[in-house]
Amino acid sequence: MVEAAPLLVSARLAAAVTAILLVVCPPLVRIRLSTNSPWAALAESITVLPMVLPPTVVGFYFLAGLSPTAPAGRFLDERFGLRLLFSFPGLVLAGCVVCFPFMYQSLKTAMLSLDPRLLETSYTLGKGRTETFFRVILPNILPGILGGTILTFAHAIGEFGVVLMVGGAIGGETKTASIALFEAVESFDYPSAHAYAAVLLATSLAGVALMNLLQRDGRRLP
Amino acid sequence: MDGIEFRIRKTLTGRGGRFPFRAAGRFAHGRVSGFAGPSGSGKTTLLRTLAGLEKPDAGEISFGGETWFSSGNRRSVPAWKRSAGLVFQDYALFPHLSVLGNARFGAVDREAAEEALELVGLADLRSRRPRELSGGQRQRAALARALAARPRVLLLDEPFSALDEELRARLADELGNLLARIGITAVLVSHLRSDLERLCSSVATAAEAERLFDEAPPARESRSSIPLRIVEAKSLYVG
Repeated sequence: MVEAAPLLVSARLAAAVTAILLVVCPPLVRIRLSTNSPWAALAESITVLPMVLPPTVVGFYFLAGLSPTAPAGRFLDERFGLRLLFSFPGLVLAGCVVCFPFMYQSLKTAMLSLDPRLLETSYTLGKGRTETFFRVILPNILPGILGGTILTFAHAIGEFGVVLMVGGAIGGETKTASIALFEAVESFDYPSAHAYAAVLLATSLAGVALMNLLQRDGRRLP
Repeated sequence: MDGIEFRIRKTLTGRGGRFPFRAAGRFAHGRVSGFAGPSGSGKTTLLRTLAGLEKPDAGEISFGGETWFSSGNRRSVPAWKRSAGLVFQDYALFPHLSVLGNARFGAVDREAAEEALELVGLADLRSRRPRELSGGQRQRAALARALAARPRVLLLDEPFSALDEELRARLADELGNLLARIGITAVLVSHLRSDLERLCSSVATAAEAERLFDEAPPARESRSSIPLRIVEAKSLYVG
């Protein structure tokens, strides 16, 4: 049976993850690009890991780390009364980790492709740092920000392995559309599976198409 | 004492490793001055330092008696408060803005921008994007953008290097006439002395500026720009 709840959980999860990463990533990119430290490069490569690791590995370490018997899990439980496993906030945290490289790398690429002389020109034209940020940096990295946002959102919607291990498929709380699809297939409920799959496909396609349309810049190979 | 006076020292990193860049001199008020030197001699660094985009390790820079930089007084006026327009070698036009948008960026008002475009002959192309312009048009757009902000000093880094031979000669004459007509204090930098001599009222070389730095007494104990006046030697100016 097709339910709206898993679709809503997916949408809420993707929105929360995207919003958090939109706030967290820009300052980190700024710090990263202002240093040449090997430690920064090392820390950065750790954040890329979720892109190359099997999602179950990431999910497993979340389980192991956040369980009430592990130090981190116990600390959060005793100190803040936070039990992140099998809860929506825990899902958001895991989603942020898994989707981090998508937002971060998009923003970093956009910043790196920005000609520093544009900023310097702005300074020599009498504009300070704040005005330069809004009038030069922001408009020029906007396609990168939009691309990162769409990519992050689409990836968060489609996440399966980590979500299953950390969230545990609790209806209305942690059961996302991709898990509902999996369960529908397992119980031979193909009409529901088709419905979930179609919604996920349409969302992803719309996102990627929108991204490609926004990033058209009129350049063509001769 | 009018114009730009400078006496700066900065360690630069070039192809042959680190080397000290030393230069002193004066660029006259309301005149077009040239600064020539081989590539890697610190010409661009000099312009960037005058514009406030880089700080010298030590030294002093003043404009019209106003101190822009003084290592002795620990004073450095930020680039956006110097009113020194810099036209980069590859122009650095804002790709997200039209020609008019570029000109209006630092302009006091729309009229100033329109006027500047009129001056460089780009009024008809005002709604074009930078990528839709030819090399010569880009240069003029960058020049208009700098002029529309009504700078007190105009700094041009290798203004003709991105242009072909024919355009080079024509634009050099055009630019010379234009700058002379506005009567702006301008400094042009090039590795080709011949380019500068066509349109500058005086041309200094990196070697001369270095000699002036070495001849003048060290400015370290000074708390003002006085030593710069001593530096004002005839040898710096040709014509």
